[in-house]
Amino acid sequence: MVGSGPGGLQLSYSLSRLGVDHAVLSDDPAPGGMFRRWPVFQRMLSWTKPFTGIARTSRAYERYDWNSLLADEELHRAVMPALMDGTSYFPSRPEMQKGLETFAERTGIRVRHGCRWESTTVIPSPAGAGGQGGGDDFVLATSDGEYRAPVVVFAVGVAQPFRPPTPGLEQVPHYGDFRPVETYKDRRVFIVGKQNSGFEIATGLLPWARQLILASPSPTKLSVNTRTLVGVRARYVQPYEDAALAGGVIILDTTIEEVIKDGAGYRVRTRDTAGRELTMPADDVIAATGFVTPLRDLPALGVATFGQSRLPAQTPFWESATRPGIFFAGTITQGAGGLKKHGIPSNSGAVQGYRYNARVLARHLAETKFGVAASRERLDAAALVPYLLDQVSNGPELWHQRSYLARVINLDRDNGITNEGIVPLQYFLDSGGGDAVAATLESNGQGNPYPVVYIRKDGSVTEHAMAPDPLLDFTGRDYQDELRKVLETVLSGAASPA
Amino acid sequence: MAVRDDIVNTIAAFSLFADLTGPQLEEVAHLFDESFFGQGERILRQGVSGSGFYIILEGTAAIRVDNVDRSTLKAGDYFGEISCLLGEVPVADIVAETPLRCLVLPAAQLEGFLTAHPRVMYRLLQGEARKLKNTTKWLS
Repeated sequence: MVGSGPGGLQLSYSLSRLGVDHAVLSDDPAPGGMFRRWPVFQRMLSWTKPFTGIARTSRAYERYDWNSLLADEELHRAVMPALMDGTSYFPSRPEMQKGLETFAERTGIRVRHGCRWESTTVIPSPAGAGGQGGGDDFVLATSDGEYRAPVVVFAVGVAQPFRPPTPGLEQVPHYGDFRPVETYKDRRVFIVGKQNSGFEIATGLLPWARQLILASPSPTKLSVNTRTLVGVRARYVQPYEDAALAGGVIILDTTIEEVIKDGAGYRVRTRDTAGRELTMPADDVIAATGFVTPLRDLPALGVATFGQSRLPAQTPFWESATRPGIFFAGTITQGAGGLKKHGIPSNSGAVQGYRYNARVLARHLAETKFGVAASRERLDAAALVPYLLDQVSNGPELWHQRSYLARVINLDRDNGITNEGIVPLQYFLDSGGGDAVAATLESNGQGNPYPVVYIRKDGSVTEHAMAPDPLLDFTGRDYQDELRKVLETVLSGAASPA
Repeated sequence: MAVRDDIVNTIAAFSLFADLTGPQLEEVAHLFDESFFGQGERILRQGVSGSGFYIILEGTAAIRVDNVDRSTLKAGDYFGEISCLLGEVPVADIVAETPLRCLVLPAAQLEGFLTAHPRVMYRLLQGEARKLKNTTKWLS
């Protein structure tokens, strides 16, 4: 594995608990990944709610704690709320870093720090090695010698600064080069990009800059409107309100044609969709134009990438869609899009989503590559309805990864009812298999989330969406009756195991 | 933007966007998301809700109804529009025959996009008319 951010730490933890031997390499001096540096204004966008009425050691608490990594042992759960100072339910960046370091230390995660992955080659597996990774071994050349493995996982983040090839944009600082905020005092600042990074900088500059202009081709979306993590988060909406009330911040939907150096400052030439050009002077220009995935030579090995972030295309179990044996963890797993029902992406780009992907991936690797057989708990037919309704009401995997991760129960005629655990929904729908039920929580971008149950019977799948509940509790009588009815058709065969 | 420029160049040749100006093509490239599907992967699923409108940039895909392949889609072709327009579940699976690169627009945004670009709507209507003609021929 390469990477010691939250994704790498979660995967290493989960592999260790399954007894899978592995090495974690990291160029960084300590755990934490990008949270050792960013966000620039030193506060997270993801919350950890201290008081919920739910024990912090319970699984259900994870729904309210977006920042702690997941542990089997109660002792190691909910690291974040215990070390936050209580001034905000968004942890500070140093608190987040401390939380990740604390988790790694307490759970005994071992990372070879200061070990930089430099290149990758493929060689045939030696005879008798099991032929994993499509019969190949991967050799990672690093600053600390060569590492060889049948399976490699890259959890290297999506944090390599990206600038589009707009003429002149290469000479301006990127988000990651932001100077101490007071150095922008009384200056005209032009921010290229209207995503969260651009709005984060604009928010921080409100009390300092003389003028703020934010420009990019696509209109700004707000998370409170999309009801997803797509769009500018509420924390950073203040510049938007300033512009809406004509307070002086200017937000433009234009392409950036050229950035021209002009004395100590710049002129920025823009063009809107009607073709109108506008050139504006600025003392500072900042490229908040996003990040790409630092995949080094993996594309040359056949790893296909897509989109502006150059994410690797992945299978539902986060394996390269075009180069078997190469897996991904952490925020890169947003490249495994899943169903994107109603156009809504998973939360795999964020800690609260990808921590679950890592746990599912660990079991997948353990079972398919390393011969570890995880057991499946047996369930009583009478317990099935309340169990599934409890999962859609309180199961954190379903809440954080809607339409993406599902709770799957096998309804097998021979083996009875067994709990398959958490499975990528796309895999459940497309892999075929015996009679089973998958429960998810889903959103359509409008109202509250609602439970959806997929029944697989005789190889074909039917979808049953249930109504949303204003209090987000799906355990009541109406839900019980509805789910019982939906399950009747498949349960008859599995109710009496041999 | 290298990636976006590639997309603009690709879609400039598609009949659906034949009437759009350069800046309008750029707008399309920004409005739609790019997605990638491995060989054999399903993009739309017969009977499963929440689909979108897809335009193929690269690769081919099969239209599969009740596990029988009916037709092949290639670069410049699009799918999902019927379920988006009617607000119903897809009546076919769409399966990548090769690695497949697409542009995608969520169903909820299709109406706004088409009404803002009447020439695209007209081209889409022509496409639907062609499909209807072929279906009628096939039935008769």
